Amino acid sequence: MSENGQSNGVNPDQDLQAENLPGHRGAGGEVIGVRRGMFGANDGGDTSGYGGLVRPVRLPGGSQRPYGPGPEAGWFDEVADELEGALEEQGVRPEDVIGKTVVDCGEITFHVEREELPRVARLLRDDPALRFEMCTGVSGVHYPEDQGRELHAVYHMRSFTHNRLIRLEVTAPDEDPHIPSIVETYPANDWHERETYDFFGLIFDGHPALTRIMMPDDWQGFPQRKDYPLGGIPVEYKGAQIPAPDQRRSYS
Amino acid sequence: MSPHPNTDATHATAGIRETTEGTVYDVTGGDWDEIAEAARKSDDERIIVNMGPQHPSTHGVLRLILEIDGETVTEARCGIGYLHTGIEKNLEYRTWTQGTTFVTRMDYLTPFFNEAAYCLGVERLLGIEDDVPDRAQIIRVLLMELNRLSSHCVYIATGGMELGATTVMIYGFRDRELVLDLYELITGLRMNHAFIRPGGLSQDLPPGTMDALREFVKKMRKNLTEYDKLATTNPIFKGRLQGIGHLDLAGCMALGATGPILRSTGLPYDLRKEQPYCGYETYDFEVPTEDTCDAYGRFKIRIEEMRQSLRIIEQCMERLEPGPVMVGDKKIAWPAQLALGPDGLGNSLDHIKKIMGTSMEALIHHFKLVTEGFRVPPGQAYVAVESPKGELGVHVASDGGTRPYRVHFRDPSFNNLQSMAAMCEGGQVADVIVAVASLDPVMGGVDR
Repeated sequence: MSENGQSNGVNPDQDLQAENLPGHRGAGGEVIGVRRGMFGANDGGDTSGYGGLVRPVRLPGGSQRPYGPGPEAGWFDEVADELEGALEEQGVRPEDVIGKTVVDCGEITFHVEREELPRVARLLRDDPALRFEMCTGVSGVHYPEDQGRELHAVYHMRSFTHNRLIRLEVTAPDEDPHIPSIVETYPANDWHERETYDFFGLIFDGHPALTRIMMPDDWQGFPQRKDYPLGGIPVEYKGAQIPAPDQRRSYS
Repeated sequence: MSPHPNTDATHATAGIRETTEGTVYDVTGGDWDEIAEAARKSDDERIIVNMGPQHPSTHGVLRLILEIDGETVTEARCGIGYLHTGIEKNLEYRTWTQGTTFVTRMDYLTPFFNEAAYCLGVERLLGIEDDVPDRAQIIRVLLMELNRLSSHCVYIATGGMELGATTVMIYGFRDRELVLDLYELITGLRMNHAFIRPGGLSQDLPPGTMDALREFVKKMRKNLTEYDKLATTNPIFKGRLQGIGHLDLAGCMALGATGPILRSTGLPYDLRKEQPYCGYETYDFEVPTEDTCDAYGRFKIRIEEMRQSLRIIEQCMERLEPGPVMVGDKKIAWPAQLALGPDGLGNSLDHIKKIMGTSMEALIHHFKLVTEGFRVPPGQAYVAVESPKGELGVHVASDGGTRPYRVHFRDPSFNNLQSMAAMCEGGQVADVIVAVASLDPVMGGVDR
């Protein structure tokens, strides 16, 4: 197992040696942050002895075949095979397009290189063996400590024909928050991409009219990013001052 | 675009401005005659009308921007965001359990669906999907189906009112009131329940629920026939709804429209059947479809869905066996034993006496779980439920902490509203109202 926490090909969820403690999925996976202490007290006020606790936060890492669902090869493998086959037909090496495949919580996620997203989306929709007719939209996630890939865009594709659901994940760095738009393939993503732009500042290149959708047009900043404060004022309740939600103690 | 002086038409309250887009008439409280006169003189035929965001027939604070040529809508756009309250951001500063109090307020007409979808997502990340007790799952189904009834009642009521059918409005709200009474009995609240919690429910059904449910089903079944008499077979009603808001299967799939809109194209796609959750695969019910692709088909589907919901509710009532309504894992289950006190629902005095007087460990455990909450393993999950409006999807991401790292709601109304333009362009202004009503959008869910 590599020390830097890079994906080592072991899905901690399926690794029987993994420590299946709450909050842990073993040592594999991708480190997105480090958690220190236990009670959110960073000023030395924690005398519990847990202050020195250091735990990396790891997202589930890449999975090995068979993907499943379950211990044996199932439709996850079928989708992966078909997608790889379709990419090869177009003269593209699948490993250049799909960074890794994660099976976790009974769901499959394909991590797609951002330049290749429109091609993958088009294949997913049009290939008869894939036929993901509907994209249920894009959701952003901001991992400020995931160096070089801070902004994640997460797409869920639904197939009516085969009754399947898969997830695509695309990342972009904070300095270059660009991801190609897939509105051309899935018009349903029009508002979703605007929403994700509005909240995360992800710029979807090729979107017909990428403007703010929820926040006012002249709003500054992108509210769902982790470095954007929640805001709020302390309130008095029964004589005591209750701090604003983002000023309250958080438990690490 | 030739600029033309309209100095003669300038009014104290009706401003006229020249912009790069042409003449803009500000009609706030203006004298309509003068504005109409100025518009008539103008050689620019294009009129853009803002409908909403405070118009009674636009479902809350939805703003429709219509480009009109005579009575025909040539272009239609939605302006949304007026009800954005930052719920998703707020969730990131509360514990996983507190999250239910926020999500229940998203689409305020379908609170149980929001709660159920969110809790199913958290449970999937926790890996306790199979540990949730049967009784909790049955009560969830029961509440969701009651909620489907109340949501469809509001659809019928508001949709009817927008057509001028005020009797339908009264009937719809009358029947919704029956459901709200049940909510009040079961959860203590008519809205914003936060009753479904990660791991199960906040508490069990109170005594007397079964009798109230039996009476309700009987009454509702009788009332449903009134809608048929009043609306479904009413020639005026049919005349207004048939052929309006057309969207075929290809359009639905491309625009991501789900729920009754998708089923009005003839595709019997219902997540309760296709991707069952909460044990829906064990219930006997049908998925009604129509092949008219129009507002009338959607109306009929919703009426029939209400009948099917009653069937499911009856099956739930038959199945309910005494048992726990929360997972056995004491590291997840909310420790409170709720009881009604003089100042409302709260911890039972017996429970407080026990933890304060006899067991310090229980007190610490209680305190930790309430203030700190439980940890959810890092990862992400997407759970979708069939809300009355369509696919309600929840994308939950955790970083292993005691608070949600990111929760995104894919609200069906948000997607369905996108198809408004496709349904309305080329039609009459009056039909915009019918088409939007057939989508049944709730801005609390759209804007979140």
